[in-house]
Amino acid sequence: MGRLKKYIYPYRIYIALTLLIKLGAAIAELFVPYFMERILREGTMPHQQARIFIYGALMLLCAGICLFMNITANRMSAVSSGKITRKLRYDLFEKLNSLSARQMDELTVPSAESRLTSDTYRVNEFLARGQRLGIRAPSLLIGGVIMMVTMDARLALVPVSLLPIIALSVWLITRKSIPLYTREQSVLDDVVRVVQENVTGVRVIRALSKAEYERDRFKGVNDTLTRIDTTAGSISALNNPIASLVLNLGLTAVVVVGAYQVAGGASQPSVIVAFLQYFVMILNAMLGVTRIFIMASRSTASAHRVADVLELPGDLAPVEAQHRTGGRETVPHIEFRNVSFSYTGVGANISHLSFRLYRGQTLAILGTTGAGKSTVINLLMRIYDADAGEVLIDGRDVRTFDKSELSGRFGVVFQNDFVAEGTIADNIRFFRPLDDAAVDAAARDAQAAEFIAGKEGGMEAEVAIRGNNLSGGQRQRLLIARALAGDPDILVLDDASSALDYRTDAMLRRALREKHAHTTTVLIAQRISSVRHADWILVLDDGKVIGSGRHEELLEHCPEYRLIAETQMGTGEEAGA
Amino acid sequence: MIKTDKAARMENRRSHDRLLKRLWQYMGRNRVLVLLAVFLSASASLLSLYGPKLSGRAINAITAEGGVDFSFVLHCAAWMAVCYVLSSACSYLLQFVMIRLSRSVARQMRRDIFDNLTRLPVSYFDRRPVGDIVSIITYDVDTVNQSLASDALQILQSTVTVTVSLAMMLSIAPILVTVFAVTIPVTFFFTRWLARRVRPMFRTRSRKLGELNGFVEEMLSGQKTIRAYGREGAVQQRFEEKNAAAVNAYTEAEANGTVTGPSVTFINNVSLALVCVFGSLLFLKGRIRLGDLSSFVQYSRKFSGPINEVANIIAEMQSAFAAAERVFALIDAEPEAADSPDALALEQVDGDVVIDGVDFSYDKKRPIITDFHLHAQPGALIAIVGPTGAGKTTIINLLMRFYDVDAGEIRVDGHPIRSVTRESLRRSYAMVLQDTWLFSGTIFDNIAYGKKDATMEDVVNAAKAARIHSYIMRLPNGYQTVLTDNGAGISKGQKQLLTIARAMLLDANMLILDEATSNVDTRTEQQIQAAMRELMREKTCFIIAHRLSTIKNADNILVMRHGRVVEQGTHDELISRPSFYRELYRAQFDACED
Repeated sequence: MGRLKKYIYPYRIYIALTLLIKLGAAIAELFVPYFMERILREGTMPHQQARIFIYGALMLLCAGICLFMNITANRMSAVSSGKITRKLRYDLFEKLNSLSARQMDELTVPSAESRLTSDTYRVNEFLARGQRLGIRAPSLLIGGVIMMVTMDARLALVPVSLLPIIALSVWLITRKSIPLYTREQSVLDDVVRVVQENVTGVRVIRALSKAEYERDRFKGVNDTLTRIDTTAGSISALNNPIASLVLNLGLTAVVVVGAYQVAGGASQPSVIVAFLQYFVMILNAMLGVTRIFIMASRSTASAHRVADVLELPGDLAPVEAQHRTGGRETVPHIEFRNVSFSYTGVGANISHLSFRLYRGQTLAILGTTGAGKSTVINLLMRIYDADAGEVLIDGRDVRTFDKSELSGRFGVVFQNDFVAEGTIADNIRFFRPLDDAAVDAAARDAQAAEFIAGKEGGMEAEVAIRGNNLSGGQRQRLLIARALAGDPDILVLDDASSALDYRTDAMLRRALREKHAHTTTVLIAQRISSVRHADWILVLDDGKVIGSGRHEELLEHCPEYRLIAETQMGTGEEAGA
Repeated sequence: MIKTDKAARMENRRSHDRLLKRLWQYMGRNRVLVLLAVFLSASASLLSLYGPKLSGRAINAITAEGGVDFSFVLHCAAWMAVCYVLSSACSYLLQFVMIRLSRSVARQMRRDIFDNLTRLPVSYFDRRPVGDIVSIITYDVDTVNQSLASDALQILQSTVTVTVSLAMMLSIAPILVTVFAVTIPVTFFFTRWLARRVRPMFRTRSRKLGELNGFVEEMLSGQKTIRAYGREGAVQQRFEEKNAAAVNAYTEAEANGTVTGPSVTFINNVSLALVCVFGSLLFLKGRIRLGDLSSFVQYSRKFSGPINEVANIIAEMQSAFAAAERVFALIDAEPEAADSPDALALEQVDGDVVIDGVDFSYDKKRPIITDFHLHAQPGALIAIVGPTGAGKTTIINLLMRFYDVDAGEIRVDGHPIRSVTRESLRRSYAMVLQDTWLFSGTIFDNIAYGKKDATMEDVVNAAKAARIHSYIMRLPNGYQTVLTDNGAGISKGQKQLLTIARAMLLDANMLILDEATSNVDTRTEQQIQAAMRELMREKTCFIIAHRLSTIKNADNILVMRHGRVVEQGTHDELISRPSFYRELYRAQFDACED
């Protein structure tokens, strides 16, 4: 929890107040048996009947104070822990959104998700319960001992000598069970993984009739989880019986020792009665303390997982501009200068790539799987930083741009891009303040207007989760509309039209040419027909350029390109048509 | 308002009862353990309840008129020690049993959920976020499980304790028991009132948390896009709305739920005060001895203590009930209709597929496919082309019976597919889908997935045919490389090749390809095509692809438009006359405009 100190700090006074009230309540509660003892001792003396009612009233008063204070403090604990958690989640989500792609790759999305949800939830729970039990249990424990000592110091030696024994057993048991809880968490991750895979792969699993196999796979992780959970539970379950056994034996000892004390005139019998009350109180407090231990160990793991992300260093911060060159016309809109990059540090995904692209031009990138096509886009948009060389937009190194300044220039469709739950218009607008006219125009240009009009509700039709109620082609057109809606400076299309039929694809190209003449386009495609009109075509293989130029030039000079063209267009004769 | 409130309450109670019955059924599977738990619980409680009686007698002996009766005090103390030791032993055994019981129930629940997941129709998953299902099988089952272990145990023991304490108090001083005639009903009605008030709050709490989880899952998966558009701020704002809703629901449930504990403690303290006051008055009148009063006070604590605990755990029970509702809803979700009892298991399919007048729609309102006809001879290569949204991918859903047709029928080798087992139908197809799917396991396991007892040689041959062998061999662990997170770290094309290799291993006579090659580069595709031709020999193939070159070799091209087949024929036939196909084909080369 220490690592989340700065979230708790703003509420320190409020929390201190909560704890103080909790303390007050505990003290009031401690005085209930005290006054009971007074009633039994003084009230039962002859002619002191009035005291019975006075102390009885005091007991009621204590009970009332305790009630009022506890309710108030409990409410306060819920409020402060909620506020802390809210801020914590807010920051965590913000941080996750600011991580570089490289950091996110390392963290993985499922892990980020569970940190943001179940881990913060656990922290919240701990903060709330911790405030409620954290002061109450120890103060009842210590307070109970103090009360006993003040009532009868010698008799109090019995409980005082017992507490270390209980503390030791709690410590031993907790030490043994915590590693088990940690393991349990990782097995739980396995369970989650199997379920996730079964949901996302349902078609393949059904097609191959692997239900039985999957059930076995699940049985494996499920059984392991059950086993660890059972062992961990059985060990921590020792806490309760051991603590109550020790205290109950202590209670027996109090009766015996008390008998000698009373016989010697050193103790009052009513004190024994009161002691029995305090023993019950202490026992409950003891169990409360062990609960806190278990809770703390579980939530500390969560707090660490949250803090690990929050403390990640910032990546991809803008750097100082080194130089600025020339006017708009002479400077290429996009330029790669001898750029090299590797995702893993082993082997290059892009090596020594250079090209220039002027405003309004189209660059097409073609190449084999893993040739580095998407990497070019990742570097251009500064999703990753190049290892060597420079990526320039308007002659300016992309690293010198402010994040929003850079992203404001792009309209982009990634491979299998993301469709959010919501309406079609929401998806095109994509959280931007765009008016309806812009959305409609973008849909028209993306050739999406027709299918949208065919949907019930049109633009306001709901898109299902992951766009499941759209066909592949509809999804792609929707995404292209999104990219066009902001009237971008640079349009990036990564395999964005693969599910479009040729006619739609051609109409899309025409719309781009006519309506977005000043937009510079970078597109990745597999089809010759999609790239042949480009002003510049790069053919990549294994991170290197193996051909560049216009369609006709490549047909002539680049054997790989010619091979692709022939595969797709038959003999290639239509290509010249 | 009041009326609907009442109706809601009735409904609440009924669902409450149903849930308890269901939970009991789960416990019932371990009847012996349940009986043992009841026995141990009763023993532990009875043994520990004898303690106050003994201590009371000892105190009486201490305050005896003729001085302390040491031998009697020691006698009592010895028995106390025996009772407490036995009681602790029983209560640990009880916990031990209950933990086993509850964990086995949780395990059974998870298994039941998962079993149903493997039976639910595909459409269920098309409509439901993954995170939701995951949170039920983990978080909700865990909540029910925790509650079973601790809460059920408490209730069990409390019942015994309350009954025995009451009996003891009655035996000591019946008149003092009247104090509880006031406090107990107050407690009872108060907790009931509170439970009703709080239960919907806990339900809201779970729901809001679920919504937050869903949102987070969605947004994190679309993070790259959000960032590319620089929309982090707007998304953050949306997140904050959901976050605030979740936190507020939590705070409200918590703030109200935690009223219970202090309130019940208050009532206990009040009854303690009353017992002391009246007890002392009785003492003065000589109608009760100090030791008896001590016993009475202890029993009164024990008597109302459990009620306190029960009230405390009511809050937990509320969230457990809400969780149980979600768990059972998933277990009870309607599975795919079972195969008819006389369903035929297809064996050695020839691959003669007839689609006869099929109508289909996903939401009944918008027909996707109407009056669709097709006859595929064994070994035929059927290419399906057409503009997007023409209904091409839907055909896979129907051929594989992921969805059932609304009208008409599909026959394989003359058998209507509704009259054959789904398993045998699906196994007679090899399928490669647009969305690649790999699971966490080795590359070997992933390729061999569809074929039982596949040897290393089989797998290597398939990988070679899919042109992925050399890539695999370059990995440090080769075929034993473990894939995680749906193959994060390997490219889409390579994933695709792996799924193609998987399909190649299958022993099926029919093949379905859904744009499978669109993510593989053209050069590799050309090689795959050669391998596929080999694989496709003597097989009926349905290929949904947009690349016309892929389908030029087809025996029959179905040109689809608006859910109907508008043209059929070979490439040469279709291209030689004015046709929609020719239009599509030409569009590929509309370069002429430049």
